[in-house]
Amino acid sequence: MDKLLEVEQLTKVFSLGSILSKVKITATDSVTFYIKPAEIFALAGESGCGKTTAAKMILGFETPTSGVITHSGKKEAIKGKAWITGGIQAIFQDPFATFNPLRVVDRYFFENVRNFKLARGKAAAIELIDRKLRLVGLSYEEFAGKYPSEFSGGQLQRISIARALLTDPKLLIADEPVSMVDASLRMSIVNLFKKLRDEVGVSVLYITHDLATAYYISDRIAVMFRGNIVEMGTVEQVLMNPQHPYTQLLRESIPEADPARRWSSTVTLSELEHEEYLRRGCKFAGRCPNVMDICKTVIPEDIIVEDTLVKCHLYSGGYKGQ
Amino acid sequence: MNNPILRTENLKAFYVLDMAGKQKVAKAVNEVDLEIRENEVYGIAGESGCGKTTLLKAIFGAFDPPLRLIDGHIFYYINDLGVDVTTLNANEKRKLRMTYISYVPQGSMSVLNPVIKVKGTYQDFIGSHVRGNTRKEAFELARQHIIELGLPRNILDTYPHQLSGGMRQRVTIALAALLGPRIMIADEPTTALDVVVQRGVVQLLMSIQQKLKNTIILVTHDMGVHANIADRIAIMYAGKIVEEATTTKIFGSPAHPYTRFLIDSLPRFGDKTQRGSVPGNPPSLTDLPSGCPFHPRCPHTFEPCKEQMPDYTQLDADHKVACWLVA
Repeated sequence: MDKLLEVEQLTKVFSLGSILSKVKITATDSVTFYIKPAEIFALAGESGCGKTTAAKMILGFETPTSGVITHSGKKEAIKGKAWITGGIQAIFQDPFATFNPLRVVDRYFFENVRNFKLARGKAAAIELIDRKLRLVGLSYEEFAGKYPSEFSGGQLQRISIARALLTDPKLLIADEPVSMVDASLRMSIVNLFKKLRDEVGVSVLYITHDLATAYYISDRIAVMFRGNIVEMGTVEQVLMNPQHPYTQLLRESIPEADPARRWSSTVTLSELEHEEYLRRGCKFAGRCPNVMDICKTVIPEDIIVEDTLVKCHLYSGGYKGQ
Repeated sequence: MNNPILRTENLKAFYVLDMAGKQKVAKAVNEVDLEIRENEVYGIAGESGCGKTTLLKAIFGAFDPPLRLIDGHIFYYINDLGVDVTTLNANEKRKLRMTYISYVPQGSMSVLNPVIKVKGTYQDFIGSHVRGNTRKEAFELARQHIIELGLPRNILDTYPHQLSGGMRQRVTIALAALLGPRIMIADEPTTALDVVVQRGVVQLLMSIQQKLKNTIILVTHDMGVHANIADRIAIMYAGKIVEEATTTKIFGSPAHPYTRFLIDSLPRFGDKTQRGSVPGNPPSLTDLPSGCPFHPRCPHTFEPCKEQMPDYTQLDADHKVACWLVA
């Protein structure tokens, strides 16, 4: 099978503290997954789960402590190689931070066209830019000559996507692309990703903590907690029938737009987050409603339950505990 | 039906901006009539830029330039007496704050003084609003309060930067509830928070409301949060309240096209059918469309919509909507 991106045992350890007392935090721990062509793969989890660190390593912004990243069959030995070919592009959370507020936005587009030699002459460049803008529901006329502040957040995010599409990438890495957009406007951006997958065959690595949009557009999903992938499989399986207690907690905590389905119980939040990183056994043991003694001392294995990967002692021995 | 605790009458609060000699007026709160009751959670929903934060500032009496009170009244019902806030001076308003009404602004984690421990902020705050306490008594008061709300007991001894965003948010909400205010206003308390932390923050607000039996006015664009906590919801668009009803009715039988868009644009589990956002963009408050401000984006526009803003139609005892389709 064709794998557009493959990540194996990807690990990043950060050292915090002074010379006298160093604490090692494993931000990303042995993360393994792959993305196929024309697929939307969600990497989901809350702040501090390691998803953004994983994205940075894939994009070449951080050097992995260990692990292998393979783009279209080529192993990544040198940082930033994927950028140079334009095969992978990125979209970030805050569109106003993506663009320099003192620069007219179209200059970024012309610069990309020039750097990647995408068109000859200004007329051809404008035609290319206009084509990409139309893919996201905008046009060159309404965009040319404007500064970032003249667009709304949603429009600017769509412009970021158009910019990313200039080089015809096979893979888009979207890091929390709709977190800063109003809930009611998220659909328009997220529908774009679906359209790109279906009409152009682009794959998307959709990094988010919003499981509702992840469900809506993704094909497969990996749920991360404090550096580890705790559950991975098709989005239908993982989100409609979650097996890992953390995935279940995430799923239950999503506020549904239906007053008949309110939260039925109160949640316990972790007090000081970095303590969870340093746990000996399963990192979720401190908050897990199904915790057993073994969870506190032994890190669970990756167990396959009906095509879904679950990192949990409840499922060891191939049976569903509880 | 509970007694009213706060009422606005034809409230108009605009931002009057002077740019290079030209005056631009942003009509952020444009003839708003609200009646908010005791012992309820009242939600205000709408997209960014609809005026909801300005409405909260107006209700709180914080008319700092360029925001000006153009017209209308705001009444607080203190001990069954209606007090017109617009006639109070700064000192009288200050006395009411925190004891009668408190405000949790957007990005409230920055409210905590970064160079002192959390208990310092609590003690300063108690000291300036309640007379006769030593710092020690104030500390005890704060500690009891924190424990009762289910927050970790040692939180007062930490510095803000040692806490996560969600924890800082809860600490700030606990602070706002400290003196048992009859009204608490929360502006986007869950934005930028993770989903589990968001649940913790919302549940904290609910437990405060159940304990104090007070009123919480909650502003957020997230309809899911409103569905979970609000008793009644007002939908705001371009400075006006276009629909107001109980939570059940807003979700069960939304009457205004904008309300329907807001609800339909949210993804639902188990349903992968194509959904759309509200089409177009919200209008600029300095350059409002004529008649009903929603008409340029509304799929059901017909003649009266461009001419005149519709009056409220009372669909029910607790459901009103401003739309020509229904009038």
